[in-house]
Amino acid sequence: MYDLVIFIPLIPFLGFLITGLFGTKLKNETLIGTIASAAVGISFILSCILFYSLLNQHIENPVIVPVYTWISAGSFSVNISYQVDHLSVLFSLIVTGVGFLIHVYSIGYMHNDRSFARFFAYLNLFIFMMLNLVLSSNFLLTFLGWEGVGLCSYLLIGFWYDRKFEGTRIIWTGDAGNKAFIVNRIGDFGFIIAMFIIYVTFNSLEYQTVTELASGSYATYFNTGIMTAITLLLFLGCTGKSAQIPLAVWLPDAMAGPTPVSALIHAATMVTAGVYLVARTSVLFALSPVSMTVVAIVGVLTAFFAATIGLVQNDIKKVLAYSTVSQLGFMFIALGVGAFSAGVFHVMTHAFFKGLLFLGAGAVIHGLHEEQNIKRMGNLKSYMPTTYKTFLIATLAISGIPFFSGFFSKDEILWYAFSKGHWSLWLIGVTAALFTAFYMFRLLYLVFFGKERFDHHHIHPHEAPKTMTVPLQILAVLSAIGGFLGIPYALGFWFSSHPNMLENWLEPVFKNAQFIIYKTSTHIEIGHKIHIEEYILMLISVGVALLGIKLATDFYKKDELWTVPRKLATNNKRTFSLLYNKYKLDEFYFAAVVDPLMLAAKSFFWQVFDIKIIDGIVNGLGALTKDIGNYVRKIQTGIAQNYALLMMAGIIVIIAVIIFSS
Amino acid sequence: MEYILASPLISILFFSVFIPVVDGITKNRTTVFVLTLLGLIITGILAIYTLLIPVETIQALDSSKTITKNMIMFGGFSAYFDILFCLAGILVILASRNYLNREYGEYKEYYSLIVASICGMILIAHSNNLLVLFIGIETMSIPFYILAGFFRTNQKSIEASIKYFLLGAFSTGFLVYGIAMVYGATGSLDISIISSKIQTGQAIEIYLKIGLALLIIGLCFKVAIFPFHQWAPDVYDGSPTVVSAFMSTAGKAAALVGFIIIAKGFLPKNSFNEVSSLLNTNFKLILAILSAITMIIGNITALVQKNVKRMLAYSSVAHAGYLLMGIASNNQDGWSGIIFYSTAYLFMQIGAFIVVSVLERQTENFVTYEEYSGIHKSHPFLAAVMSMFMLSLAGIPPFAGFFGKYYLFVAAVKADLLWLTVIAVIASIISMYFYIGLILQMYFKEPLSKEPESDTGLAKITLVISAAGILFFGIFPQIIVNFTENLFK
Repeated sequence: MYDLVIFIPLIPFLGFLITGLFGTKLKNETLIGTIASAAVGISFILSCILFYSLLNQHIENPVIVPVYTWISAGSFSVNISYQVDHLSVLFSLIVTGVGFLIHVYSIGYMHNDRSFARFFAYLNLFIFMMLNLVLSSNFLLTFLGWEGVGLCSYLLIGFWYDRKFEGTRIIWTGDAGNKAFIVNRIGDFGFIIAMFIIYVTFNSLEYQTVTELASGSYATYFNTGIMTAITLLLFLGCTGKSAQIPLAVWLPDAMAGPTPVSALIHAATMVTAGVYLVARTSVLFALSPVSMTVVAIVGVLTAFFAATIGLVQNDIKKVLAYSTVSQLGFMFIALGVGAFSAGVFHVMTHAFFKGLLFLGAGAVIHGLHEEQNIKRMGNLKSYMPTTYKTFLIATLAISGIPFFSGFFSKDEILWYAFSKGHWSLWLIGVTAALFTAFYMFRLLYLVFFGKERFDHHHIHPHEAPKTMTVPLQILAVLSAIGGFLGIPYALGFWFSSHPNMLENWLEPVFKNAQFIIYKTSTHIEIGHKIHIEEYILMLISVGVALLGIKLATDFYKKDELWTVPRKLATNNKRTFSLLYNKYKLDEFYFAAVVDPLMLAAKSFFWQVFDIKIIDGIVNGLGALTKDIGNYVRKIQTGIAQNYALLMMAGIIVIIAVIIFSS
Repeated sequence: MEYILASPLISILFFSVFIPVVDGITKNRTTVFVLTLLGLIITGILAIYTLLIPVETIQALDSSKTITKNMIMFGGFSAYFDILFCLAGILVILASRNYLNREYGEYKEYYSLIVASICGMILIAHSNNLLVLFIGIETMSIPFYILAGFFRTNQKSIEASIKYFLLGAFSTGFLVYGIAMVYGATGSLDISIISSKIQTGQAIEIYLKIGLALLIIGLCFKVAIFPFHQWAPDVYDGSPTVVSAFMSTAGKAAALVGFIIIAKGFLPKNSFNEVSSLLNTNFKLILAILSAITMIIGNITALVQKNVKRMLAYSSVAHAGYLLMGIASNNQDGWSGIIFYSTAYLFMQIGAFIVVSVLERQTENFVTYEEYSGIHKSHPFLAAVMSMFMLSLAGIPPFAGFFGKYYLFVAAVKADLLWLTVIAVIASIISMYFYIGLILQMYFKEPLSKEPESDTGLAKITLVISAAGILFFGIFPQIIVNFTENLFK
């Protein structure tokens, strides 16, 4: 039964081969789109089957499904094998489910693009890589997927490689792709070193072995120093992939790609890889309190700073991009305080509503003929009713309005942060939530309400086609009700003693890590008791969300001239420009890292060291070898007698050596 | 049981007699072509069947009661090499039709000669007796001499044939002499008896040493090892390209099986007495030195070639050097390494030669590096597969050539021949230049005004199979490795 897992990545790969190799010959857009979507759809169905069998059958340990051994040398072996457990199946469901909807959506969105087949080939390849990442049973195959999604991200960001894109020292979309790739490489470096240390420490790269070794004998064999090193390096990888401080800079520029790409890669799946990795290695993180603290602090800082940047952006996709960075920060807060299942829960709800927001933004951009500036939109509600309704639901969800999905997951994170004794995390988190509600409703009002600020003569907004709106509606339903999978005990105690279904589902995955945290921490166990604080906090966060919405309504909906925000911007010019320019982080990196490196490379490493020393040695050796070759070639006279002579000489020498050597 | 085990031999013998007869009766070339293909496929299938027979069944056979009287051995690596020879034959024959027709005309004898030489190769792989080994080598070589000169009106082809024949005859003399000496030393031609006599110290030392040295020299000639390699570049260059493809892969593999058989029997791993331990250390060292010189010379000379076909001819000498590492290591890893490398080498070398044969026209047109400039524009398929073969020959993953080298290097390291491994790595680095250089030429240079025509025909099948082969075994190398572990028991 579980062997089916092999087909989950395989089928999108086949889809990639078909669309990639024969796409230009098929020519028919519907056919290509159907093949690519069906490949992901089948994987989704298979994931559902696995999910169902896991639901009915209690398994203690993950099921490992070996595919084959690529290479084995001594005790080291590279296995291609997949792992079926509650975490991998959940992620597989998210990736294929949301991925499928985005594939369908793309059929409409990419209509008439000249590289239609190439687009779907990349999308399928991306799904294949992402599935390897989450289904792998060892670090190495995960790393393959990790690099693979990085590659696909590069390919898709620069998909419209001949279009311009504005950014710090970015001119073409290809530059944005490069930036994403290079920034990610810094994180990958951390991942690679972490793998080396893991192999040296545990003599294995299999998750199952590492988890057992680490949790079985915690604090006896493995010292916390090594655990801290491993986890911090792994986390460096996560900051790259999940766009956290200090490597957050690539994600906003990644919006250069087509909008479905932003939805798929930069909201719903790829950026959650970092969360997945921390969750997967939760035991290692649990063994290192220092790393946990670092994760939580980085998470909360990212959540806060990204939210502040989002307040002032005017590009619809950039607002959403910063909101993604900010929401990812929330997930890392959860992981950092040891609430692993809460973090994964937020991944899921975020995939729903952020996927929906991006797709909605795509519909808007599509309808307005590639207009992305929200100051040149307005009143689209009457032109695009379906898009408006679904967008509204997603906005309510991300703002944390009760009983929409985002409310449950975000609130759980904040409550865990508070109850584990980190009230400062909670405070900053709530502030970020306030900003979130504000900028999301600002976006909503500017796009869908108010005056029509676009050019009437050239632009005639229209509702998106069915292939685009149906995925929007499905995601809207999920965004609205998806949260009921994780009802907190405080709200659900009256019908069940364990109302949080998602937590129950993930319990086997995180039990070791929870046990270690429980043993090492002094705080009381939470979850199955009612704390009066929890209700108070819940009310506060709802109040904060409503406050954010109120402010946005006052600033942007009631007042068509936006007097208050304009005043604020002119009165605080420096703050405004700092926020608008993303704290000048890009400029800082260029000044501190890129430019000095380039200077050193140009003036010394390239011109002197490389050209003179390295090339000199290499070319010298090459020339020498060639000279020898020309000399040796002369032995090959072409005359058979000479050959026989050399043979005879050889025979005599060999026989002589044999006879006289004893 | 014995007949089942001997079935590949019986089948190939039947076809090598039957095909010339048909050849004489019919005038239809297609009949002969199809019949040859059929014969090789049948033989290959029989060999696969015998390969799957468990070792215990074969060992249970009472050799004194069999009609082959222990002159022939069955199953194991012999059967594996049978498959390899048949495969090489099939791949080459598929690619030959168009080439022969275009260049000088397709003569039916071509197929008979190929089958006859495969018959010799299979005999070598199964030999457990020095005489059988000798007959096998000659049965293989004589068709080779003829095939080398198959283009009767082409001077280069004739020259290659004569040269090959003269030097071949010269080396055969040493081979026979060596066999005679070994017989004098031990009183037997049966390899297992000789082996046990060596181990128990019943052999006359001086005859044995000289005899073994001469035997090894004779085989070194067939594999093209320095200083007995000089015929190889000239012959491979002068012969029809499809014949070169066949000789440089299947012929080399056959000579290497002979080598494995001799090394297994004569250079015992567990030294029981002074003589055998001396044999072991001395010959190991000599073979290692020859291997090192061969790969360096082969690669350095290939480096300065301007003609792709000559480059392949020289590089095939270098690959003989790599393969000899496996014999010099004289352990199971070495032999398994040879099996893997022969398999990989078969695909990539045949593939590369066939690409040359497809593009080449009479009187050496389109064989130089320069003429390969930018051909990816006019021949994307050929340029793509040629690049794969080149990368594999250079030993770059994920192609099979990488793992072939890897296993041979590991074997050498395990046999305490670290220095040889270092030299092999240096030689491989040198070889990058001309392999990658060709890719560079094909993809990054502007095409010449005169573009080559291509005439693939059935050769396309050969190229696809070869490319798929090196890719498959590069991604799943463990399939052969797990398999070869049981072959030498």
